[in-house]
This record gives sequence, C-alpha cells and structure tokens, in this order.
Amino acid sequence: MSTRLATPGRLTDQSKPLNFSFNGKTMRGYAGDTLASALLANDQMLVGRSFKYHRPRGIVASGPEEPNALVNLGEEGRFEPNQRVTTTELFEGLTAASQNHWPTLEFDVGAINKHLSRFLPAGFYYKMFMYPRAFWKHVYEPVIRHSAGLGKAPKARDEDTYEHFYSFCDVLVVGGGVAGLQAALTAARAGARVILFEQSDHWGGRAPVDGGIINGGPVDQYVEETLAALKSMDNVEMRLRIMGAGVYDHGYALGYERLSDHTPGAAGPRHRLWRVRAAQIITATGAIERPLSFAGNDIPGVMLASAVRDYVVNYGVSIGDRTVVVTNNDNAYLTAIALKHAGLDVPVILDARVLPEDRGLVEQAKALGIRVMMGHAISSVKGGKRVTGVNICAQAGEGAVLEEIACDAVAMSGGWSPVVHLWSHCGGKLRWDTTHACFSPDVDNPPKGADGMGFVTPAGAASGMFALDDVLHDAHAAAEGVVTCLDMKLPKGVSAPVAERREESPMAAVWMMPQGASAKLREKSWLDYQNDVKVSDVRLAAQEGFVSVEHAKRYTTLGMATDQGKLSNINGLATLAGAMDKDIPSVGTTTFRPPYHPISLASIAGEAKDHVFQPIRRTPLQDWHDANGAEYEPVGHWRRPYAFKRGSETTHDAVMREVTNTREKLGLLDASTLGKLIVKGPDAGKFLDMMYTNMMSTLKPGKCRYGLMCNENGFLIDDGVVARIDEDTWLCHTTTGGAETIHAHMEEWLQTEWWDWQVYVANVTEQYAQVAVVGPNARKALEKLGGMDVSKEALGFMEWVDGTLGGFNVRIYRISFSGELSYEIAVDASHGRAFWDALMAVGADLGAMPYGTECLHILRAEKGFIMIGDETDGTVIPQDLGLGWAISKKKEDYLGKRAQERSHMTDPNRWKLVGLETVDGSTLPDGAYAVAEGTNENGQRNTQGRVTSTYHSPTLGKGIAMGLIHNGPDRMGEVVTFPGTDGKDYKAKIVNPVFYDADGEKQNV
Amino acid sequence: MSEPMTALKGASDTSGIATVTELGPRGMITLRGDLTAKPVVKAAVAAGGVTLPERGHCATEGKGGIAWMSPDELLILCDYATVSDRIADLHSKLAKHHALAVNVSDARAVFQVTGPYAREVIAKLAPVDMHPDQFNGTMFRRTRIAQVPAAFWMPDGDTVQIICFRSVAQYVFDVLNMAAQDGSEVGVF
Repeated sequence: MSTRLATPGRLTDQSKPLNFSFNGKTMRGYAGDTLASALLANDQMLVGRSFKYHRPRGIVASGPEEPNALVNLGEEGRFEPNQRVTTTELFEGLTAASQNHWPTLEFDVGAINKHLSRFLPAGFYYKMFMYPRAFWKHVYEPVIRHSAGLGKAPKARDEDTYEHFYSFCDVLVVGGGVAGLQAALTAARAGARVILFEQSDHWGGRAPVDGGIINGGPVDQYVEETLAALKSMDNVEMRLRIMGAGVYDHGYALGYERLSDHTPGAAGPRHRLWRVRAAQIITATGAIERPLSFAGNDIPGVMLASAVRDYVVNYGVSIGDRTVVVTNNDNAYLTAIALKHAGLDVPVILDARVLPEDRGLVEQAKALGIRVMMGHAISSVKGGKRVTGVNICAQAGEGAVLEEIACDAVAMSGGWSPVVHLWSHCGGKLRWDTTHACFSPDVDNPPKGADGMGFVTPAGAASGMFALDDVLHDAHAAAEGVVTCLDMKLPKGVSAPVAERREESPMAAVWMMPQGASAKLREKSWLDYQNDVKVSDVRLAAQEGFVSVEHAKRYTTLGMATDQGKLSNINGLATLAGAMDKDIPSVGTTTFRPPYHPISLASIAGEAKDHVFQPIRRTPLQDWHDANGAEYEPVGHWRRPYAFKRGSETTHDAVMREVTNTREKLGLLDASTLGKLIVKGPDAGKFLDMMYTNMMSTLKPGKCRYGLMCNENGFLIDDGVVARIDEDTWLCHTTTGGAETIHAHMEEWLQTEWWDWQVYVANVTEQYAQVAVVGPNARKALEKLGGMDVSKEALGFMEWVDGTLGGFNVRIYRISFSGELSYEIAVDASHGRAFWDALMAVGADLGAMPYGTECLHILRAEKGFIMIGDETDGTVIPQDLGLGWAISKKKEDYLGKRAQERSHMTDPNRWKLVGLETVDGSTLPDGAYAVAEGTNENGQRNTQGRVTSTYHSPTLGKGIAMGLIHNGPDRMGEVVTFPGTDGKDYKAKIVNPVFYDADGEKQNV
Repeated sequence: MSEPMTALKGASDTSGIATVTELGPRGMITLRGDLTAKPVVKAAVAAGGVTLPERGHCATEGKGGIAWMSPDELLILCDYATVSDRIADLHSKLAKHHALAVNVSDARAVFQVTGPYAREVIAKLAPVDMHPDQFNGTMFRRTRIAQVPAAFWMPDGDTVQIICFRSVAQYVFDVLNMAAQDGSEVGVF
C-alpha cells in the first residue's frame, strides 16, 4: 500500500486539506501536493493502461518525465486530456479520470493484447496492415482507433483565455534548482539583466531532498539566502511555474507559464507564453534518473528511486511498507536511507556493482542495518496490478533465481541523464560521459548565434556535474563565462559557494538486468512504458536491419509517446548499441525538439481566439451594413456585403432584386475596400509603364484608364482604373485583395531594381470611403445632392473631377464596372457614413438600394468584364482573356512582356476566354470542365476548357457564364458539354462574353 | 461638411488593468522625401511645429508633431482641422523637390493605453522591449499589435499612444482590452 506518513512533507501543508476526485471516487490531499502525491497518499497506484498491451500502469516518476500517469483532467470548458499527474498541482475540487482503458481501469478487455504480445512485436502495424489495401480504411483503422488513443478529445469550447508576453534580457536562466539559483545570482552580481524560470511551484530543485552542506549550512538555508539575495536585486526577474519549453535561433526562447492551472477560474489568462530574446541562455535543467531494464519493471509499484525519495521527503507519502532498492550507483542509497529514517522497511539493496570497499552512502546504509547484496540484480518482479515481491539473481548471470523477497515497492536507479533538451534544440552537440554513462553537453560545440559564438551554456547537473560542490562551482563558472561574453565583470571577491563532498564510488553502466537476461526476461523488460516498447523489440528492430537510431525509433515507436522518451531514450539506444555490438556514442541520439514538455496549443495561439482570432477589416460604412441585413463574404481580411437581404427573401432573391434595381434605377455599392495607391515623382510615368501592360505615361491629367498588371512571368496579377492626378501624380486603383500586395510589389521593384528612379508610393486605401453610384438614376441623385456639375459634358466617361457634393468634399471618378451610368465617389473616411446617409436620403425617391458583391459580379459578367481570381488563377495571361487591346505595342518593355513571348505563352492551343450560354437557360456549375473526346493516360476524360464565372442573369432571364475554352474564340456557336458533380451533363453554346449592351451606350450617357 | 467620425466614435474601456481609449480625429500627413535635404526638413518642421526627431524617435507638442517612420518617411501630426492647409503648404514649399505629402488622417485610428500596467499591455502584443530603461522618452516604434501593423510612443511613463489602420480599429481595441483583462498583470516593469 502507498499511504500518507505521519511526518509531514517539505512541501505539503497538513493544515490545508483539499478534496478531489479520481474516476468518480472522492479523495483527500493537502495544499502543496501534486496530483501524483495525492493519488499515492490515497493508495491509488494504478493510474492507467499502456498504449498497446493495456498493461496496468502506475506512477513511475515525480516530475515531467513521468510516462504513465496521464489523466483526463477537469470538466466541460476546462476539460483537458493527457495531463501529467506529476506536474499537476492539487486544488480543491479537482476531478481526474484515467485514460486508455475499456470498460474500467481495474478490468480492461484490451489487456488480452498482452497475451498476444508474441504476435504484436515491433513493426507489427507495418507488417500486418499493408494488405489487403481496402482493409485499412474499413477494418484496421476503425479498430485501432477504438482500442488505441490516450485521452478523450474535449467536447466543449475552452473557457479560458491565453496570452503572450515579449520579454528581453541579457541572461535567461532556465531551472530554479541550486545550479539555476547560483547561476542567476552570479550573473546578476555582474550587473546582467537576468530572467530565471522554474517549472515547478517551488525553488531549490531536488538538492534539498538529496541533502548536503553548503557554506556550512543545510541546502534549504542556502536556497533561502540565495532567493533573498536575488529578490533584492532590481535586475532580476524570477518566475515560478514557467517551463523553458524551447530554445531557438538568435537567443529566442519560449517559456510556458501556467498561471491558473492550480486555481481554475481565477481572473486573467490561464497560460502565458513568454517569448524571450536573451543575449545568453543558461540551461540549469538538472538531470533525469534512468530506469533499469529488468523483467516486470513496468508493474505498478516499481518506481524511480529518486521519485520514491521525493514522495517521502517532499510530500510525506510512502510508496510501500517494504521497498527493495535496486541500483548501479551510490545515489539510490539515499532512498534507502530516507525510507529507513521515515521508519519504513528496506529489506535489501540490490547493487549490480561489486565494490571493493564500503564508502560514503554504502557505508551509511549498512550502518543503518540495511542488507546490501553486491553484484545482485532483479531477475523478475512479481505481481500484476501491484508489486508483491522480487526474484533475486546474480547480475552477471542469466537470471536464475537465488532468493525471493516479498515487498510492495521497488525503487530503481540506472544512473542519471542530464536534461540536455534545451541545449540541443538549437544545435548544441553532445559527448558521451563514460564515468557517468550519460550524454552531456559538449561545451566546445554549443549552439551558435549569428556572430558564430555560443549562446547557450549548461550549468550543474544539466552539464553532467552531479556532486553538489561540482554543481555549484559549475553554475558559478557558467554564469561567469556568460557575463564575460557580454563584456561584464564580476565584482571582486565574488566566488562560488562551497559544498561538502561525499565519498562516492563510481557507478557501473547497466543496460540489461541481469546482463545475460534470457529472451523470456527480455520480453518483460520495458524500455518505453507508454508505447510498450521492450528490450526484445529494440533487439528485433536491430535484427531486421533498422540499425540507424532514427529508424529504430520509428520502427519500434520508442520515445515517440507524449513523454518523448525522457526515460526510455538512453536505455533504448544503449540496447540498440548492445544488439549491434557497437559503442553507444557511435549509435548516437535521436533529435531533441521543442517543446521540452507538452505545452497547450492555446498558449501558442495566445490572444488569437474567438472575436480576435483574426483581424477583421471594417469599412467606414460597415455599421450601416450590419444594421441593414448585409450577408457577408470574406474578401481578404475584409467582410464585404454579399447581398442585403430584406424581410424574408432568400439570398438569391436579394441578389436578383439588387441587379434589376441597379439596371433599372439606382444601386449603391460600398467600394471602399478597393486599393488606392498614390504614385508620384518625376519618373512615375515611366514606372507605371513598366508596372502596367498598357501605357499610363500618356494619360492626360483628369482622365482615367483601365490597366492590367502582370508579374515577371507574364501572368495577370491585378487590374484596375488608373487616374492621372497631375503632371507627376497618378492614383492607381487595385483589387480589394491587391492593395497591400501591389503596394509591396511596387516598393520591391522601386527598392531593389529601379532604386535610382524618383518615385514615391503611398497606400491611401483607407483614407477614403468610396461609393459607387450606379444606374440610370445615378446622375439625378448627384444633382439632387448638388454642388457641382456632373453632366456628360462636364464629367465624361473615364474622367475624374474634384468638387463638393451636398457639402462633402469629394473626388468623383466617372468609371463603370457594371455597364451602367456610374460614378465612383471618394470622400474622407471620417465623413463616409454621413455621405452614404445623404446619398440614401436623396436616392429614396429614385429607387436607391445598396447592392453587394454578388450583384457586382453579375453586373460585370453580363458586360463580359473579367475578375481577378475568377478568370485568373495565376496561370492566365491577358492574351488568354482577349485583353490584347490593353497591351501596349509601342512600349519597349513592361513587367511580363518577355515572358509573354515565350513559346508556351504564344501557343495557339492555350485555352481562351469566351462566353457560355446553356442551351436550356439553366446555370452552369461553377468550376465545371468541358469534356473532349477520348481519355488521357490516366484513363480520365480529356478536357477542353472550364467555367471561370457563372451566374443566373435576371437581366437576360437565363444562365450566363464565362470560361476558358480550347480555341474558344474560333468556335462561336459550337455546343460543348460540362458534366456536373450532380451527374447531369450541362450543354452550353460558345458565345461572345459580352452579353449586355455590347456597344457600351448605357455607361456613356 | 459633416462632423468627422472616428472608427469607434471614441470608445473607451476601463474594466481591465489599463484604460484603453480611442482618440482622434488627429491630423496625419505622410511625407516621403530625402530627409537629408534642407527644404524637405524645413517644410516638415513647419508642418509639424517641432524640430526633426532623430531616427526611431518622435517629437510632439500639443496636437503637432513629427514621427520618424523610415529613412525616407515622416509622419506629421497636426490638428485635424488644419490638415488640408498644411498639405497645401507642403506642396507649395516642395513644388520643386521630389517629395510626396498625402493626407492619411482618416486612414488611421489612434488609441491610448494608460495606467501603471500600460507597458505590460503593449508587451503582450508587440515584440518590443517595454522595460522603462529600454523604451522611454521620445522613442517611437513601428511594429505590430498582435496581427496588424501599428506604431506607438509614450507621451509619459504610464501612457502609450498607438496608431493603426482605421479598418482594424475594432480589432486593435478588442485585442488591447484582451491584453488588459482583469487579473492579467505580469508584474515585471
């Protein structure tokens, strides 16, 4: 049984009990508990099932390396799966449920897989599910999806908010253990601006648990004094509950702050992602203890020795009454001693080593009367859902049982691996440390910044220093090195604190226990607990030729679970090395990638959620649209009215009404979103002649001209009306989506290619509210507003003029995208709404109605006007669209000219623009392809064209469309077939694309 | 002519850790030209009513001011009512020089964030070091607020004034208030 001890833990507050529930059962813990320690205090050792075999799984660790104990946490809008109990602080009312079992945690049908384990070896999925092909979708995938998978997907919307925080410093120290504290203090004393992150809710790391004497006092006292010194300094920012998640180029690092995970519902954001720019980063991220690979090492009750110690010392929780300690190093003796001091029984310490003499901790343990068996190992652990005992064997042998010992917990230690993740994220190299059998940062090959100098320095255990005195000295030296890089100096007399040294015997590398374990034992020796990868699987992978560590990882799934192999990677690759008779460094490691430990996706999104998920651009008239039935469609980041619905009419009906009204009376369009670029300078005309396919330099002031813009590959990218304002100023209208990109396109050419041309460009799109006043009554409406002459004589088609209309300062462009009499009127945006209201008022008697983008599309399609994005798709040149008239023959050059002369662009077989008219008056499906005779090499029907725009025209009472058709303009009157996705064949006649007022009489009145 | 109407009609929110208010209308002129040319500088100084700020800074006085936008661009601030006069003046002064002066007053929205946590609100949205030792005085920064372009300066230690495009005024107002939400103090500055 695991239970709460009478002696309180270092971190728990017995005066503050907290109630929580696990799988519906109410339990009790204390303030300061993690969910892990609270579960263990309630004898809840079994917390989940493994991924593949559904083996019972218990808590193994006490920190973020925990592979097993993941739970569904919270409810409704605060439900989250895959939460680690070891990193979850307990709070009142916490609800958790175990994962990956069916129907219950105690009785799991899927556990039958463990009896089939002989048939589920490494690579099983790859071998089994290849054939027959159709089985994958209909049989294998549904079954696997049902049986596998960890937590449940949340169903409710996340109730919380999240944010980012941009932070800057000279030195970022990650890790608030003694190494991090000391490094921060040293750096701060040199005057550096320091940020210190600690992932847990307390300072000091594990040193206070492991004990020792620093500067003549206990570790706790050192921690307190160092904290006090740091807090008194203005140049230090210290934060608990922030995990250093990743290190990136240029000293960029991410810190994941968990603000209210332990106080759900508190005001403010739940998580804050710190986006730090640090000149230098110190990783004081400590080390993680490794499991030992012996049979049954996954049975609940087998735990890392350091975790057993943490639960006793920090939380006052014992894992069992009788704990067998199994180790290859001195460090695990601390656990035996701690247990003994807590009044618990340690029947035996099994030490795989054979030491010549008893020193230090070994001596202490023996003095406490603990039995120590040198050269011994665990042959197998007994028990199912809980450890009941161990079979002891000689480490040197094959596992013959020498003795059985009853126990209810096993504390194992296979040595320690420095947490090198952050060091490695940005390219820091590792070296193999034979003494400690681990990979440590190779400090001669750090991650390098733009200046070629290293910007990450490891400190303490994270750099492979394990003795307390070494840790403190290393941390001090790391900080000193870092501040030197920053041209800062330590004040005289500042030195590292001194810790007492323990006598220690060297550890021995043990990758399999016993070293000659039989195949049967190897099949029960787990490497990766979460993904169920065993020693036998890695050996099989090697045998089947997966000798690269990256391949073996993917084949076996070792280290690919949510813990990313924090416990399993080193053991796995040592096993791989062993199977190939290679040494470990030559096998190498897999790649460490951020984040160190999973972070919430919402923290990455930050504030971008709900109404601020994306910026929505609004015109000065949008409030009116909102209030008048506008149905919107996205156009870039704008939302433009698609149609204005009245009463109970359908969207289609509204569009038809708007078209007819505009053709017969008066339509008003919010055209504010159209791009407006001012181009000015002595070379502006020359510049625009290069930008547009047609001639803009010859345009007279006061006149407008429609222009086409191509990219350097000749493809049409934008179009619009250009107005010449004065001798050296033009105003270029772009499409709505093109305002920013065409502005950037112009700037790019001006800054990189024609930097010596005297041209300035300014984007004034949003300065104006622009309203198109369209229809036979348009002039009457403007005359009612009064103030300027808008007659044909005063303001002809394709001219513009400044003036005053109804008291508003306006610029009127007499241009038409509808084929009707049309004025586009620009007013300053701050007066846009008042101007619109004035227009609506004078238009009331004239049949004024607003119209949306769909009406605009139909009006222009009736006139055969192209639309960028409909008739063009990045592969269309103006010549395809019959726009040869807008391409200047006189100009020596323009962007796209050379490309348009290439053989493929001049190929007579290019599909060309035509009008399409269905033979029965119906509307062609959008995007439909016209089929041709025969099939292609893939057995698909050949095509000869496609629909680019298609609408029902209320003006003509039938469907009209435009399309690109092979040799289209030469095939007038021919009928082509467009199969629809509805199974019907649509037949359409090839016609002229101008369906309405081909002579342009209506717009020119 | 009607009364000029800003994008959010002067909306304000005081519910969070800082007060967010829409200001304006404010006169703004984009001036592009050779900032080392005396006539350009003289015209700019006359229009803004302040001396030319150095790179990365702004100079403000009353409703007038000049902000450094790029090596060939200034933003001239002035009373909204005087914009057209000032542009006309710029045009006449710079008639013989290659320069561009356009009215952008209505293309922009102006916000103010005030309170002891104003710096933190900005640091949640803009990749700028808002530490008082690092961003202070007449500094002016062209950057972004969350997902949109913006520029800001600090008239005093507890106040940030932000310029953004008019079309995203609602977004910027909302996102500033999100960053200023109750209980979101970081406590670093």
